[in-house]
Amino acid sequence: MTPPLLEAVGISKRFGGVQALKAVSLTIREGEIYGLIGPNGAGKTTFFNVLTGLYPRDAGEVLFAGRPLPLGNPAAVNRAGVARTFQNIRLFAHMTALENVMVGRHGRTRAGMLGAVLRTATVRAEETAIRQRAEELLHYVGIGALAGSLAKHLSYGDQRRLEIARALATDPRLLALDEPAAGMNAAETAALGGIIRNLRDDGLAVLLIEHDVKLVMELCDRVAVLDYGEKLIEDIPGAVRRHPKVIEAYLGSAA
Amino acid sequence: METLIQQIINGLVLGSVYALVALGYTMVYGILGLINFAHGEVVMVGALVALATVKALAALGLPAAVQLPIGLAVAMIACMALGAAIERIAYRPLRNAPRLAPLITAIGVSIVIQYTVVLISGRSYHAYPELLSTRSFDLYGARISPAQIAVILISTAAMAVLLWIVHRTRLGRAMRATAENPEVARLMGVNVDRVISLTFVIGSAMAAVAGVLVSINYSVAHYQMGFVLGLKAFTAAVLGGIGNLAGAMVGGLLLGLIEALGAGYIGDLTGGVFGSNYRDVFAFLVLVLVLIFRPSGLLGERVAERA
Amino acid sequence: MSVPHLWQRLRNEAVTTSRIHRPLLLVGCTLLIALPFLVGLGFGPAWVRVLDFVLLYILLALGLNIVVGFAGLLDLGYVAFFGVGAYVYALLASPHLTSHFPAIAALFPAGLHGPLWLLLPLGALVAGVFGILLGAPTLRLRGDYLAIVTLGFGEIIRIFLNNLYQPVNITNGAQGITQIDGLRVGPLALDRGLDLFGLRFSSLHLHYYLFLALAMLVVFISLRLQDSRIGRAWVAIREDEIAAKACGINTRNVKLAAFAMGASFGGIAGGLFAGFQEFVSPESFQLIDSIMILCMVVLGGMGHVPGVILGAVLLTVLPELFRFGAGPAQQWLFGRVVVEPEALRMLLFGLTLVVVMLLRPAGLWPEPRHRRELAQ
Repeated sequence: MTPPLLEAVGISKRFGGVQALKAVSLTIREGEIYGLIGPNGAGKTTFFNVLTGLYPRDAGEVLFAGRPLPLGNPAAVNRAGVARTFQNIRLFAHMTALENVMVGRHGRTRAGMLGAVLRTATVRAEETAIRQRAEELLHYVGIGALAGSLAKHLSYGDQRRLEIARALATDPRLLALDEPAAGMNAAETAALGGIIRNLRDDGLAVLLIEHDVKLVMELCDRVAVLDYGEKLIEDIPGAVRRHPKVIEAYLGSAA
Repeated sequence: METLIQQIINGLVLGSVYALVALGYTMVYGILGLINFAHGEVVMVGALVALATVKALAALGLPAAVQLPIGLAVAMIACMALGAAIERIAYRPLRNAPRLAPLITAIGVSIVIQYTVVLISGRSYHAYPELLSTRSFDLYGARISPAQIAVILISTAAMAVLLWIVHRTRLGRAMRATAENPEVARLMGVNVDRVISLTFVIGSAMAAVAGVLVSINYSVAHYQMGFVLGLKAFTAAVLGGIGNLAGAMVGGLLLGLIEALGAGYIGDLTGGVFGSNYRDVFAFLVLVLVLIFRPSGLLGERVAERA
Repeated sequence: MSVPHLWQRLRNEAVTTSRIHRPLLLVGCTLLIALPFLVGLGFGPAWVRVLDFVLLYILLALGLNIVVGFAGLLDLGYVAFFGVGAYVYALLASPHLTSHFPAIAALFPAGLHGPLWLLLPLGALVAGVFGILLGAPTLRLRGDYLAIVTLGFGEIIRIFLNNLYQPVNITNGAQGITQIDGLRVGPLALDRGLDLFGLRFSSLHLHYYLFLALAMLVVFISLRLQDSRIGRAWVAIREDEIAAKACGINTRNVKLAAFAMGASFGGIAGGLFAGFQEFVSPESFQLIDSIMILCMVVLGGMGHVPGVILGAVLLTVLPELFRFGAGPAQQWLFGRVVVEPEALRMLLFGLTLVVVMLLRPAGLWPEPRHRRELAQ
């Protein structure tokens, strides 16, 4: 068996008096859609922010493709191959859709200030490649026609797509999506599900945090459930759905 | 030892003035998130209005004991009006504008105020009359003048009144709510425009007190006095953690002490290489160091980056 | 065709295809070359001098624009870099060091007379290093905290310039440094003027052309940077720093690059200033000067190169207009000078700042929102 793509071991995080994460461990395999669900305040987003380097962790390590992930440094985590989106969409509002995705290429390109000023053949070629890749990605997520619109003028669903395109521009091996279906209508959610499946079929691993349990169960290959900062279970959707602890966590104790 | 006590006294006196002015900056920042660059000029106007009032009263033959309180009151009223006007003209129309726009209008207002004062009363230094006795008291070998005592007492009283307003009155609660979240405050029935206006009014009253006190202490007033004072006070507010009232007071006192002690000892510390000319370097270095280790100031809240 | 559109076309073409509208460019260049003569004939040499300063301020404003406009980092101490550049030039092209340090005098028996081609880049480099020194410890600070630290840094530099005359005399304190060599381009001493083709090029004219060349260079660099990988990263940081990090941008390095680049423009302007005035003192590098440059950037249109140039032109020319106008206008209106002209001038200037910002909060000539949308 191949080693997992990502292996988180004993991640703990405390905010003041609240233990948001208690030694959470999980593994994500190459090319799978991995769902992370749990009730409000279970620690999903906290885990996500630790994993992508935004929050410093109190304990724990993450191995990614056999190497320790540089936790605490979001840019380095990204360059190591983990890209993310944000729950409350964070686009560069006054840049166009195309420019947003072009920014995503930053970590994979080299041109410095001198190159920018002299605009040598190498730099020009790099710029062209950046632009082409960005255009491809906009088409991939289905908003190729909106390349020239300012990000803030896009519809909500299109902003979500744009954020995914921007994350893909960083050439990730794992794409982490933080509640991508939040606020979407049924049609938009279905389209999103299509994009995520396509990504997996193209060989990308996807970590999905989602409130929409139905979407997760439909889409994911495996699912983990967090409750009060602890992992209750990690299994295929069918098994997770029937697990008594999960039912309790979601519906409250039967007693 | 006498020098040490003397420098501490000087530092506390200077620091209480900084604290008073810093409160004005920090209140406005807490509510609007902007640097009220014109605040220093309000201090200067306060000093000059009080001076004009005192002179007029003296011409009427009223005793000094009456001149000071009336002068102070008139200065406070004038500055409150000025503060409200600044908010109305320079800030309110720009509340949803790009972040730096109000900074530029504030600079413009500040220039306008300075040179209006020049047109009215000229560029010269105005000697402040001796409103208090000049006979100093002895304190363990150091000397403290009645003016210095007045600075400490009056500024402490003013700060106590401010804290009472913010923490114990309806207005104060509305101010805190607006600082927390203006939209929600508005929904809860707070008249946000009025609260913001009153914040400027209260800050300006404090500035007037500070202007009068500093002029009494140094016996002089000048159209540019507000600039440097404002700068130092703003530094103090940042040092303490801008937006935080207690922070402004702590920052002000600390900055005053640092300056006084720095000026007194920097020569000895560096073997005479650096003289007291470097006093301000000292103050700013401390500021930079504090911010490097505590990016939100001494008492500022640590705002975690939120995803 | 309106001016903004014209500019847009110029810029798009210059940026995307490098095929520039020839006749238009020719007219523009001729105008810029003829400008000092036109101004000199029309308004007198004092205004040619103003023109020289306009160009220096354009250099400064464009430098600050990189930090404030592109990267969104509020810098209130920018004039310090101008000062650093000026003192680098002043110290290495004047008798000050040789007359106070025998060791240096022994090394340079003919005196220190650094050439322009060496001193300008050196000034830019030293200023850039200062930019990094300032930036490195302060990059974690948010918005207004950064503003106050940069302000403090500017004051610290000025205080040192003012006081570093003892125990060893490095800066000559408040008296400043005198007898600085004038600017020389090759064999041509700019302060002597030049007769060519029967035309008299005065010292002011010659400085104008040198400053113009450097201003054009800085405009070129600014536009190229803006439309590049680094330029996009700056805007990304300005828009949302956390999202920028999540895109793999090393925000620390990219911000430092902005500081260094902006500072180096200031350093170049400083060197030119020192050689132009042949005298520098700390008085030229005060907080109010930093604020003035910031006003140029914001009032013109942050992040938009032609807007910033407009801001620099207006805020340099307007005070001069008021200066020349405030006295005579009163004479004409009231038959005597009623109020102090200098104060009136400043008053009008302050009012201008307030009125312009109230009417155009995004600046006089901000980046047209549609341009980006239509350009692609």
